[in-house]
Amino acid sequence: MNPHKRHDEGKLASLLIKEITALADHPVRLMEVCGTHTIAIFRSGIKSLLADSIELISGPGCPVCVTPTGEMDRAISLSQRPEVILTTFGDLMRVPGSSSSFQQERTTGSAIRVILSPLDAVQIAQENPDKTVVFFAVGFETTSPAIAAAVQEARRRGLANFHLLSSQRLVPPALKALLSSRKAAIDGFILPGHVSVIIGRLPYLFVADEFGIPGVITGFEPLDILEGIYMLMRQKKEGRAAIEIQYSRAVKEEGNERARAVMEEVFVPADACWRGLGTIPESGLMLREEFAALDAARVFDLPYVEAGEPAGCLCSEVLQGLRRPPDCPLFGKRCTPVDPIGACMVSTEGSCAAYYKYGGVA
Amino acid sequence: MSHDLVQELFIPFFANDLLNCLDDSAVIPPQAQRIAFTTDAYVVKPLFFPGGDIGRLAICGTVNDLAMAGARPIGLSASFILEEGLSLEDLKRVVVSMKQAAQEAGIQVVAGDTKVVEHGAAQGLYITTSGLGIIPEGVAIGGARAEPGDAIIVSGPLGDHEIAVLMARGEFSLQGGIESDCAPLNGLVEAMVAASQTIHCLRDPTRGGMATVLWEIANASRVGVMVEEEKIPIRAEVKAVCDLLGFDPYYLANEGRLIAFVPEGEAKMVLRAMQTHPLGREATVIGRVVAEHPGKVLLKTPIGGHRLLEPLSGEQFPRIC
Repeated sequence: MNPHKRHDEGKLASLLIKEITALADHPVRLMEVCGTHTIAIFRSGIKSLLADSIELISGPGCPVCVTPTGEMDRAISLSQRPEVILTTFGDLMRVPGSSSSFQQERTTGSAIRVILSPLDAVQIAQENPDKTVVFFAVGFETTSPAIAAAVQEARRRGLANFHLLSSQRLVPPALKALLSSRKAAIDGFILPGHVSVIIGRLPYLFVADEFGIPGVITGFEPLDILEGIYMLMRQKKEGRAAIEIQYSRAVKEEGNERARAVMEEVFVPADACWRGLGTIPESGLMLREEFAALDAARVFDLPYVEAGEPAGCLCSEVLQGLRRPPDCPLFGKRCTPVDPIGACMVSTEGSCAAYYKYGGVA
Repeated sequence: MSHDLVQELFIPFFANDLLNCLDDSAVIPPQAQRIAFTTDAYVVKPLFFPGGDIGRLAICGTVNDLAMAGARPIGLSASFILEEGLSLEDLKRVVVSMKQAAQEAGIQVVAGDTKVVEHGAAQGLYITTSGLGIIPEGVAIGGARAEPGDAIIVSGPLGDHEIAVLMARGEFSLQGGIESDCAPLNGLVEAMVAASQTIHCLRDPTRGGMATVLWEIANASRVGVMVEEEKIPIRAEVKAVCDLLGFDPYYLANEGRLIAFVPEGEAKMVLRAMQTHPLGREATVIGRVVAEHPGKVLLKTPIGGHRLLEPLSGEQFPRIC
């Protein structure tokens, strides 16, 4: 799977680091948008190898982290209905809503099941015809085609008891909102590899063209990330701003058209509220009118009610790259992975959790 | 019902002089050496999984706790809490498996108890085992005894048990040929102690896995630990499941593996002794103890970076993407 394993990973890494260090003649702040990058950067110890002048900051690319409290409240209230089996991804179990979490609800008898694949939710609906199965779907473009396929499958099987509560998000509108706010100083983007497998290179062009910031679509192996950083540093050195693909073994210029077609058959873009970034136009996905009968938000008449963030929590600023997790007064004290207050501490891909788990590198 | 079970199931399978008396206590003759004593409760779901079951786990877990003190187990007790509705057939399977594990470990179940609780009050079957062992003269093994220079040895690939149980639960529709490593380690420890009396620490990385054990020993001994990612043995299948679920394999539970801290000069001998034992064939050195960064465990990554290994906090949940 990993082409680099054939070579000496350590040797290639030290070559890349030498090149990067040679280019690091002034301070730069590079944002990794995707949570999977955050975790890979910490796990491989990349920060310990880079010159101090290169700062890596995490962006709004952890789906659990950007799901706002109000959306959690909505899903939690659904899970409390006796007829409902709520299915969702494991990362969400501990995310706090205003007054509860799925994990807490489960101890008081709510039927909440962790699934790995959206099709599992369809299967659960089929096996439990006397129950209402709600799939609470969060995620980016990476997971949306599979969620769309599950919706189509539920329709094909004629399952009247399957419903989707969509809290899906799109990456490019968030980047646009982040850059338009002009709050965070960002010199380059390590762009998400998996999302780009679906959407390709073109949706990011505005980052370079409108905002003059380089971006590199990057894979997830340590050497991929080092090469992505190297490509960004070279653009900076040459005074260029372009969107380049490092992860060329998986990402095509035009992305995956078939996957996008499935998404578009089922979903339309809709305004969505992000933790930290607020409501961003057309940054979410909702079910098309013809699938309204499967839409939990419409069927159960669940309006989205905005809910405040926990007092003292800096997740909003962390997600915009404005503050680092250790800057938060709750970090590691009242807010830990076991008893999290903010969403960024919950998800394994959240930057607070990553800092907590791997952060104190000697 | 309990009486019948004792007469018809437990006694025939666990028969030995001490148990057969059926007195209120097993009476153990006086011992000249130090005694190790431990207890543990077992509540695994499902009861049966590839490579083991709750019964095998209940014997091995307690035998291993004794073995990690360098003790030679001399007897176990076993308490059963049965949920109404558990089939006699399943119970028999568990008891047969316990007998088999006890034979492998060369020990006897010398005391026992059985309670039946109503349907819904338990999850099929819970077992608690306690164990007594004697610690040979000259053996001094403990988590606070690691010293700079010690080699850190693991007895085999990590994570098999937790992944086998996870797959057996069927929650993630994963299938594969991974079997639990569940095994009694007292024989392996005896071979190690015969090779070197100066082993500093032994731990079996159960809940919380390797990372948690290394962190506990680094803290108890006030030393630093440095391990190399490339040297840590993990099966390709286990790694694949971890990649899929977003799990960190260093936190996965094992039930038939141990981690040893051994003075540098003795490491080769201990390693050789381990590798000639069936349960240590894949034993390997993964790192060493250093005087720097006391209380911290550093992992050297294949690209030459470093990261900290912290103890497990909470439960690992599968990630989204």
